[in-house]
Amino acid sequence: MKKILFALGLATVMALPAYAQAREVTFTTQLKNYGGDGAYLALYLTDADGQYQGTLWIAGEKSKYYKHLRDWARGSGLKQAEYDGLTGASVTSGRALKVTLELEDALIDSGYQVRVDTAVEDMRDNRADVVVPLTTEGSGKTVSGRGYVQSFVYDLK
Amino acid sequence: MLRKLHGLPGLVAALLLVVLATSGVVLSVVPALERSGAVVPAAGELSVAGLAERVITNYPGTEQIARSLSGEVVVYYSQDGQPGADLVNPLTGEGIAPYQPSAFVRWVKNLHRSFLMDDVGRMLAGVWAALMVLICLSGAFLLARRLGGWKAMLQPIPGSGSPRIHAELARFAVIGLLLSALTGSYMSAVRFGLLPEGASTEPTFPAEVSGGVPAPAGSLKALKNVDVNELRELVFPFPDDPTDVYSLSTTQGSGFVDQATGELLQYQARSTGSQFHHWMVRLHTGEGLWWLGLILGLAALTVPVLSFTGLQIWWQRRSSAISLGENASIEAADTVILVGSEGNTTWGFAKDLQNKLNQAGKKVHCAPMNDLAVHYPKASVLFILTSTYGDGDAPSSASQFLTRLEHFQPDDGLEFVVLGFGDQQFPKFCQYALDVDTALSNKGLQHMHPLTRIDRGSATQFREWGEAISERMGIPLVLTHNPAPAVTSEFELVERVDYGVAVNAPTSILRFKPLKNSRNLWQRLPFQNRKQLPDFEAGDLLGVAPPGDEAARFYSLASSASDGILEICVRKQTNGLCSGYLHSLKPGDRIAGFIQKNPGFRPAGGTTPIILVGAGAGIGPLAGFIRKNTERNPMYLYWGGRNPDSDFLYQPELGRYLDDQRLTRLNTAFSRSAENAYVQDAIVADETALRHQIEIGAQILVCGGREMAAGVRQVFDSILKPLHMDVEELRTEGRYLEDVY
Repeated sequence: MKKILFALGLATVMALPAYAQAREVTFTTQLKNYGGDGAYLALYLTDADGQYQGTLWIAGEKSKYYKHLRDWARGSGLKQAEYDGLTGASVTSGRALKVTLELEDALIDSGYQVRVDTAVEDMRDNRADVVVPLTTEGSGKTVSGRGYVQSFVYDLK
Repeated sequence: MLRKLHGLPGLVAALLLVVLATSGVVLSVVPALERSGAVVPAAGELSVAGLAERVITNYPGTEQIARSLSGEVVVYYSQDGQPGADLVNPLTGEGIAPYQPSAFVRWVKNLHRSFLMDDVGRMLAGVWAALMVLICLSGAFLLARRLGGWKAMLQPIPGSGSPRIHAELARFAVIGLLLSALTGSYMSAVRFGLLPEGASTEPTFPAEVSGGVPAPAGSLKALKNVDVNELRELVFPFPDDPTDVYSLSTTQGSGFVDQATGELLQYQARSTGSQFHHWMVRLHTGEGLWWLGLILGLAALTVPVLSFTGLQIWWQRRSSAISLGENASIEAADTVILVGSEGNTTWGFAKDLQNKLNQAGKKVHCAPMNDLAVHYPKASVLFILTSTYGDGDAPSSASQFLTRLEHFQPDDGLEFVVLGFGDQQFPKFCQYALDVDTALSNKGLQHMHPLTRIDRGSATQFREWGEAISERMGIPLVLTHNPAPAVTSEFELVERVDYGVAVNAPTSILRFKPLKNSRNLWQRLPFQNRKQLPDFEAGDLLGVAPPGDEAARFYSLASSASDGILEICVRKQTNGLCSGYLHSLKPGDRIAGFIQKNPGFRPAGGTTPIILVGAGAGIGPLAGFIRKNTERNPMYLYWGGRNPDSDFLYQPELGRYLDDQRLTRLNTAFSRSAENAYVQDAIVADETALRHQIEIGAQILVCGGREMAAGVRQVFDSILKPLHMDVEELRTEGRYLEDVY
């Protein structure tokens, strides 16, 4: 477990040749035109039961609003160590968020799920807007979200 | 300095402030609109448990219930995998309408907080809010200084046009604007981390939950304990996840609720810092305080007008700035002129004095009083020309003078002259000039000529002073400066009504019509013609210079621009150059003249009883006020003449005004008739009624000769005595106005 988090924590630092068993994954989250302010997103991994395992990316700069990313907040306990270095700008209505990360091979095809929580000021919070298993087979397959997410896809390299 | 602190940020900020304020006005009505549509249960009527139970009945897929501070309750739910949000009635749990935040309000909100430019705009808005704080504070100080102290803040504001509108609006709006600006600055400072936010203590997710069989929401103890009006948000546990909990957040704090036992877990009360932050935001947005929102909105509504009038004032001040001609250096000057001026009017007089002294061969150094040098090596005369600001304070170009005077080293034999400019109607007429005069005497300087005070920029008084100086200095000195506009218009006499010849007081009512000025095509254009007659009201002055004389005399106007004519009432003075000239006019003759505003002599609006007092030709503006009293507010006229058969000015008109109640009552006194009475006698005879009128707030306007005015003051002082008041007190309240000649 520790090892996964450790690996995830370093995942943003572009390419890491030291990790021979790492794979580059690009997550693309296309938002609907929900007609509100910039959305906060949490991309994170859970096990098959939905138990939080680690943070992939947080879109949104004000940590005081992170509590609205409900399931992620609950899993991560909102501890800064969980998302340090994994944050970026919020995503405007109708735009897409594209994040490329290095993931350990061991995380793929091992029953992990990618989840996306979303929240917008003065609008609803969406727990598990997207839930999709992280598998080689699922790479490049677009799924739709149930909240602000229009479509979600990840591509394994 | 204070003026710069007010003006410069104002100029820079004006445009964006108008955007901030206008968007603020729109947002200010949102809390009131929300409140009007919300169902708010009485305290204790409904608990959060009750609300949750009712909502679930109608929305089985409820995920979250949020209550705004205005009382709107919104349910977020999922139905067949599709998310939805409805506004619900908390008492029934039934949906009222789908909840869709207004895109317009959101857009205005973004305009308001970031000019639609995200973080850069937010920063800009924050800086602008801080500028607004500065403008409000400096403006309040300016106004207090102008009115003569904080206690005088509610008194009537003298003046007219843009400055008056600016001050009147601002003094009522300033508190609301300051509140908005301060809270806005605070929110911005917090947002950019300049101020701490007040630790928002988020409860940590409970490590252990009972994991038992979920109980119905309506039965949960922790939810039963919270009144629905304290609810901010209730987030339901994820369906079929026994380890999940309810997240509850109230106005007091937040925590979690076990879905099986109903226990409140990890509860955290709001910290004081967080409460403070919360209130600052509410004071800014009016959220849950709809009445405050409306008040702030009203205050913000004044900002566009304040910006516009502020820019106008700045422009007027700028364009009246006068550049100096030939100016000798401090070392070379044999004559020094120092100027204390607020609005640049005094500079016009100073420049005339400097030019004429230059012409007489003097080497003149002219500078603001604040530029007083330590030593003038060759100077033999020091002129001080100064106005007074507010209640006896220094005008802006003299604010440092008395401090600098301490280090001043005058040569033996340096003589000085102080010329004060002011308005006799103000209680401390030329007070600052008097102070400077005393200070210079105390410094050991000798008077070359005693202090002279010029009333309302009188060109005649200035010229007479110049004659006296000319004699003292033994040089020719013909001062001709006239602060009135050099632009005169032509007027044609259309009618004159003569009175009083039999009682040796020839007085005429003269009615002029403005002539169309057809010098060029531009001025002949139709829309230009309407502008031919400058705007004026009864009580303003018509300046007329007799042929061959540069200095104008002023006559109070008895008519308003809307009457289409200029009406004055002129008594022919023995050897009077100008009154003789006017009396010699026949219908069809033309004169050159100009309008000078006299805003200090106007009846208060509204239902305030107005007591008009005049003698002889002084009735002119008073008759004008009565003529304009179409709203039939109480107006009483006390007027004194000589003989009812000869100089009863305006007799037919006054009769008509009594009939149609524009004039409530007329009291006359005639000195050369059987009654042998003066206007003072008519006032005394009506003592009790007058005292009562004053008690209920009446305003007194006196117009006429100097002696009559002094007599009337005396009479009113004795009438006021039983009320423990005097004329001076009324005057400071703007309730005793004089137009005296």
